[in-house]
Amino acid sequence: MGLFIAQILTGLANAGALFMVASGLSLIFGVTRVVNFAHGSFYMLGAYVGYSLMQVLPGMVGFWGAILLAGLIVGVIGVIVEICVLRPVYSAPELFQLVATFGVILVIQDLALMIWGPTDLLGPRAPGLKGVIRIMGEPVPQYDIALIIITPFVAFALWYLITKTRVGTLVRAATQDREMVGALGVNQAWLFTGVFFLGCALAGLGGALQLPKGGADLLMDFSIIGSVFVVVVIGGMGSLPGAYLAAVIISVLNVFGVTYAPQSTLVLMFVVMVIVLMFRPFGLLGKEEIAGEHGQTGEPERPIKPAGNRVRMLVTAGLVLLALLPFYSGNFAVVLVTDIMIFCLFAASLHFMLGQGGLVSFGHAAFFGGGAYAAALFVTYADTPMELALVLAPICAGLAAVVIGWVCLRSTGVYFAMLTLAFGQLLWSLAFQWGDVTGGDDGLVNIWPSDWASDNDVYYYLAFVFCIGGILLLRQAAHAPFGYAMRAARDSARQAEAMGINTKRIQWVAFTFAGIMAGLAGGLFVFSKGSIFPNELETARSFDALIVVFLGGVKTLAGGWVGGAFFEGVKDYLTRFEYWRLALGLLIIFVVILGPEGIVGSLRKAGERIGLLKTPEDAK
Amino acid sequence: MSPILSVRNLSRNFGAIKAVDDVSFDLAKGELLALIGPNGAGKSTCFNMLMGQLKPSSGTVQLMGKNIAGMQPRKIWRMGVGRTFQITATYASMTVVENVQMALMSHHKRLYSLTKFAHKLYRDEALALLDTVGMADQAERHCAVLAYGDLKRLELAVALANDPILLLMDEPTAGMAPRERIALMQLTADILDQRGISVLFTEHDMDVVFAHSHRIMVLNRGQLIADGTVDEIRNNPQVQEVYLGGGTLFKAQENAHA
Amino acid sequence: MLEVNGVNSFYGKAQVLNDLNFDVASGTVVALLGRNGAGKTTTMKSIMQLVRPRKGKIIYQGQDITGWPSHKVARNGLGYVPEERRIFTQLTVLENLEVGRQPPRDGCTTWTEDMVFDLFPNLAERRHNRGKALSGGEQQMLTIARTLMGNPAFILLDEPSEGIAPVIVEQMARVILQLKDEGLTVLLSEQNLHFAQAVADAVVIIEHGTQKFAGSLASLQSQPEIRDQYLSV
Repeated sequence: MGLFIAQILTGLANAGALFMVASGLSLIFGVTRVVNFAHGSFYMLGAYVGYSLMQVLPGMVGFWGAILLAGLIVGVIGVIVEICVLRPVYSAPELFQLVATFGVILVIQDLALMIWGPTDLLGPRAPGLKGVIRIMGEPVPQYDIALIIITPFVAFALWYLITKTRVGTLVRAATQDREMVGALGVNQAWLFTGVFFLGCALAGLGGALQLPKGGADLLMDFSIIGSVFVVVVIGGMGSLPGAYLAAVIISVLNVFGVTYAPQSTLVLMFVVMVIVLMFRPFGLLGKEEIAGEHGQTGEPERPIKPAGNRVRMLVTAGLVLLALLPFYSGNFAVVLVTDIMIFCLFAASLHFMLGQGGLVSFGHAAFFGGGAYAAALFVTYADTPMELALVLAPICAGLAAVVIGWVCLRSTGVYFAMLTLAFGQLLWSLAFQWGDVTGGDDGLVNIWPSDWASDNDVYYYLAFVFCIGGILLLRQAAHAPFGYAMRAARDSARQAEAMGINTKRIQWVAFTFAGIMAGLAGGLFVFSKGSIFPNELETARSFDALIVVFLGGVKTLAGGWVGGAFFEGVKDYLTRFEYWRLALGLLIIFVVILGPEGIVGSLRKAGERIGLLKTPEDAK
Repeated sequence: MSPILSVRNLSRNFGAIKAVDDVSFDLAKGELLALIGPNGAGKSTCFNMLMGQLKPSSGTVQLMGKNIAGMQPRKIWRMGVGRTFQITATYASMTVVENVQMALMSHHKRLYSLTKFAHKLYRDEALALLDTVGMADQAERHCAVLAYGDLKRLELAVALANDPILLLMDEPTAGMAPRERIALMQLTADILDQRGISVLFTEHDMDVVFAHSHRIMVLNRGQLIADGTVDEIRNNPQVQEVYLGGGTLFKAQENAHA
Repeated sequence: MLEVNGVNSFYGKAQVLNDLNFDVASGTVVALLGRNGAGKTTTMKSIMQLVRPRKGKIIYQGQDITGWPSHKVARNGLGYVPEERRIFTQLTVLENLEVGRQPPRDGCTTWTEDMVFDLFPNLAERRHNRGKALSGGEQQMLTIARTLMGNPAFILLDEPSEGIAPVIVEQMARVILQLKDEGLTVLLSEQNLHFAQAVADAVVIIEHGTQKFAGSLASLQSQPEIRDQYLSV
């Protein structure tokens, strides 16, 4: 009994930081419609800044002062990011801003590495609260009790601010229709900045508060963001009490998980989330998300037409050049281009469901990594030959997509995105924690192609056929009635349902199709590398694909693979430098600000301006 | 002759509020029936139940003798009911003709095809439908740049794609200029004559309602308070009180300027 | 009070407004007439700087406000009531009014909740209801009430009679005349000539983004050919 209560108390204490980060994320999303991927980075900065301040400021006052100051400083850093990075791109198409926040993650990672070094920092303990108290014989740290008391106060203050003050009313109004709030005389630019400050300060506060419990390290950003998304989704987007409730549930569950089922702690959280969303699609205390009423900005998407003869000849020429690559370049280039083609197929599969179907997935790596793991497992445990494994990889990924799609598509918009992220994390934790089968962190090795394909040049042609074929198939699907039905469901689900289209089923099939293609890419990947590790299933991998699709241009047919080739090529070059994340992050931010329509979209615009291409209205 | 649409004791509650309360009516073949009433009287709720967006709390809706109450919109559409929306719903990323082709692809059950080029399918049929509503010359335009009145006409063409026996039109002329309103309803009336379709529509513009409907029903606080010809409704004192108003303000002005 | 000088506005590449030129005198009601898609809403948005005119100027009380951010335009006494009733549906009636509230302004009525409720008695009963629970007519009233809370000197009404029952339309007309008596200047866009005749002193007619007529109501009455060509009653 004593242990039970002690564990609940530990869970409650852990909920504090999680709640603060989650409520900040949800607040920022509500008003600015920016899904701030970098929110975990602000949490990490809070921990590092707090640590440094505690080294200078002495005693109890110094400790708590350092925590508050860390919150303020991180809030100010958030403001700088908002003004420099996000303000220029608010008018870009929806969700484009998240690419910019991904750039911010990379930049902050390298800056933290430069300033605080690669070693994990052990957090100082709180002066005056270093001891434990005994509850029914079980020791509970005094600091935990302090956290349990502090968190509800923060939550209440936040709730009061949002529901009872004029500023809060404006924030809630802006959540619904920010242009109208501006037309009523409210300076929305500063309202956005204010909300960003508050949200980031909360994340920083959370990071600093957990210092005595967890310290500071460079992996904090990604390790919390998954849980934070889960909390936001379980609690319900935009609901503060919901976020608190969900943070408590998840934290308590984690503590019990560590004791009773240490092999499945990570999985447990996602299972709970899926169960909650099956019964309450908008979270425990959330409201139905009415997306894009006045949020839709940017130019409307253009009608698509199959390529004309000129473009077809150009593409054919390019493909011939690509096909002849082994004849005019070295081994290194062949391997690199193999990787690039595989990644392009992965990106194109996400682009297909995102661009045509409007289905924004944050967890597409589940199918890429899933396909790769499926192939690797068959080879390892059943001695399956490569040929068969390459067939089984997309089939397994497709089956996974059938199941995951069925659950995720019950929700829409940002809930859908978060659910896919959760499933990605679920598969990742399976691969990571089920070491007996998947090898855990050590991965699965010695997955080599059959003898006839073991030569790099031969494997290159194998990848060429499957990747280019896959990309062309995806493109054909976009021009076929199925692709049109996907766009119909996205443009106006209301009209589509009223003309006999089962929109959910169309989306389900599209989701599965994209999953199969990603699985194929995964299968090709594993035989190209000879091994597979859990990081191919990571959220970071899903984000890679997402970034690529947006960088390439969502509203263009070629965006997926063009972005993929660009990103993978640049990354290969940059990773030779020590601070490559910083460079890549800045490059991403740069592209986002200069070309908000993506590479293909911006090139098309430029082509139209100098008269090389026709605009759709000229063409009539 | 048996009615196309037969509604009996249709009701819908939201909590304690009876949004639609025991509504019954018939719609004959070829009839143009208007449903009017103040804002919040239950017109939209009533309409949404007929179209499948909402499940009735009780009552039946029979289309050609089959109960369609509570069916999904897409099933109702497959049974031959076309509809247009109060706020136009078209596919902004497609051209005008592709919007109609989409409806035809659905009608011919080709949605899951991957081999054909969609923009070549049923093109002639689609152009013929566009011609019916006078939009053939705009077939290749991008839907997102159309004027509002043209979108309304496009929606009508889309609604005709599955050869409906019944058209449900929710405020078909909302947001249009007076001359366009009359033209659109005239067009609807012509199509109805040619094809023998029945139409049920809601509308706030009394010029349109009085000029074109064969029969008018008035809804107030969820109940049907009047059902009759144009003249009967115009002169019904209860309808004047809850909906039409005295018209004094405008009449005085008009007399002054006349 | 307000001058629209050679304004040209675009959506992307499409030109929506073509050299608009008209004035609105202080204390008058001017109706902007034209069919749907003629550019009425864009004119309103261009004045509010929600759409930035590419050419031309908007002069308000002698000040060039072209290029200002919208909130600054609003704070200078221009109140905007948008077309599709963009109330905050998740907020209560009182909270909606709170969003519109601005500090008192010299020479303008300082509106309070009670004054607004006097003007729209229906809203008073529903002050604690959320916006989404209101009927279409009540929502239309709330948009106007919300804008009045900003104590405007000049109010832009985009299609106030659209999509509401005839009885409510009459009430709207009475409200507009009441606001005029309070000293407000009103620019409203309309398709309904009857409604415009009931409230307006002067009329501007646009078609395809081009101005076709600007003058008093009386002069429009004396030119029935213009009326018939562009307005079609």
